[in-house]
Amino acid sequence: MNQLLTKRKKLKLESDSGWGYAFIAVALIAFSLFTAYPVINAFIISLQKYRPLGSTYVGLENFVNSFSDELFWKALKNTLVYTLLTVPFNILLSFLVAILIMPFKKKTQTIFKAVYYLPAVASGVSLAVVWLWIFDPLKSGIANQAVGLFGISNQNWLGSSATAMFSLVLMSWLSSHGTAIIIYLAALLSIDNSYYEAADIDGATFLQKLRYIVIPFLKPTTLFLLVTGVIGSFQVFQNAYLMTGGGPDHATTMVGLLIFNNAFTYFEFGEAAAQSLLLAAVIALISFFQFKILGKDIEY
Amino acid sequence: MGLFNNNIKSKGSLFARNGLIITALLLFAAATIFPIYFMIISSFGDPVEAGAMSYSLIPAKISFESYKFFFNFSAHSWDWLKNSFIVAACITVSNVFFATLAGYAFAKMKFRGKGILFAILLGSMMIPTQVTQVPLYILIVNIFELQNTYTALIMPSIVTVYNIFLVKQFMSSIPVEIIEAAKIEGCSQPKIFWYIIMPLSKTVMAVLAILTFMAAWNDFFWPFLVTNTMDMQTIQVGLKNFRFANTTYFAPMMAGATISAVPMFILFFSLQKYFLEGVAVGAVKG
Repeated sequence: MNQLLTKRKKLKLESDSGWGYAFIAVALIAFSLFTAYPVINAFIISLQKYRPLGSTYVGLENFVNSFSDELFWKALKNTLVYTLLTVPFNILLSFLVAILIMPFKKKTQTIFKAVYYLPAVASGVSLAVVWLWIFDPLKSGIANQAVGLFGISNQNWLGSSATAMFSLVLMSWLSSHGTAIIIYLAALLSIDNSYYEAADIDGATFLQKLRYIVIPFLKPTTLFLLVTGVIGSFQVFQNAYLMTGGGPDHATTMVGLLIFNNAFTYFEFGEAAAQSLLLAAVIALISFFQFKILGKDIEY
Repeated sequence: MGLFNNNIKSKGSLFARNGLIITALLLFAAATIFPIYFMIISSFGDPVEAGAMSYSLIPAKISFESYKFFFNFSAHSWDWLKNSFIVAACITVSNVFFATLAGYAFAKMKFRGKGILFAILLGSMMIPTQVTQVPLYILIVNIFELQNTYTALIMPSIVTVYNIFLVKQFMSSIPVEIIEAAKIEGCSQPKIFWYIIMPLSKTVMAVLAILTFMAAWNDFFWPFLVTNTMDMQTIQVGLKNFRFANTTYFAPMMAGATISAVPMFILFFSLQKYFLEGVAVGAVKG
């Protein structure tokens, strides 16, 4: 009887195969058509001077051109500066806020979580529209009124190369921490209370608990936020496109925007594809080092 | 006990500490909310040119003139909203169904190549969007010639890897015994999925629906690329037109921005729990 049962069970388990493939079929087709095929094509296009009717093979010319293009390096530098100014700061800020929410009741926590997450719910375009007005160069602009209180004269926030990058950074500081706060809070709440109890018995101070329990515990979360934050930041496109268009004098041209312009303004698809692959390589390299350096002593 | 010491002897110092923290949190919350508050407040201003615009942080009066201005600005203002709804709804329905199917298969079924296929899917999440954007555009516009159609707006997002991953994470916690028992009773996989898995997965499906709808509704880049007439644009693309055609009319711009954001705000406040839950799924468990 038992043997018969196992045999029957085994038969049934094997018959998963057909249904398994059927269940993933649509996902697999969509993935092949809209992700895998485009990725492979990106490599092919990057070696061509792409024209809708008849492309010509040009070898590594697009890559060589990118490397000798000053604007490519400038865009890479801008992107790096933007990433360094926004990602670590946003993570630190989210960490601090998540910690500060901790002593309150669940209801209070939820209210704050909702409030901080709200900007993430609004679309990037509508936020860009609002920030455009906040950074209005006229004397009546909010940002100008704010600095006016400190006796600083009228600024052309997005229109001057001295302040354009800073304006984009400021916008990021004030609108892109909602997700990180919620993720940190979830991680904080998953720390078992017994650790704190043990620490309390040993007479640990708040800072010691932070240093020896919270920070090590949150390290995987921090690494996750750092890696995804850097990946996201390196692809940043929308705000630069909508707010400054990359100007003034390319001070805010990010790699994502440069690729977009090459492709859809100048129709240099080959060059755009080559640069997108270089971007992917840079992102992969940075992620690799982040795991290597920070992920050493993390146990998953 | 927890991280914070709540056994502070004197009530006074406990109040002082919590008061200080609350003040800091409220200040930061005010800074976070300010742009949204400012957007809504200014949308009630009169549709006059920026130079003549007098605004205040507390509205002196409430006028809907700017909203009228927004809807009269283009014959297609309503179409933008309609298109956004159609596209976001289709993407949501197809993602919830197909991602749940695929997620279930990857979490609980046995078939050859499952591990490798899933690894490939996961790995593809690391690829920047810039890599696929040019070839995808060529595929949809030049090869399939689908420019300016709903198909072009919907198809590339019909089921996304992130959603499959989310479902798989969730389904790992469903006990295998339930499925095996059903199998021994002679239940086929489609039946198991429909009668057992789907009812057990309502939460993750709700999370999926909400996050997908939000992403589709707020998407700007792809609709911007594949539409070239006003009547096929979505609200996000429509907003952009508006800004570049009328850079000086701020109040109607704010009205447009508010219109594009309000459906999401309503959804967020009524389904907050799922939104906030969804963000942490997949990020924390690892």
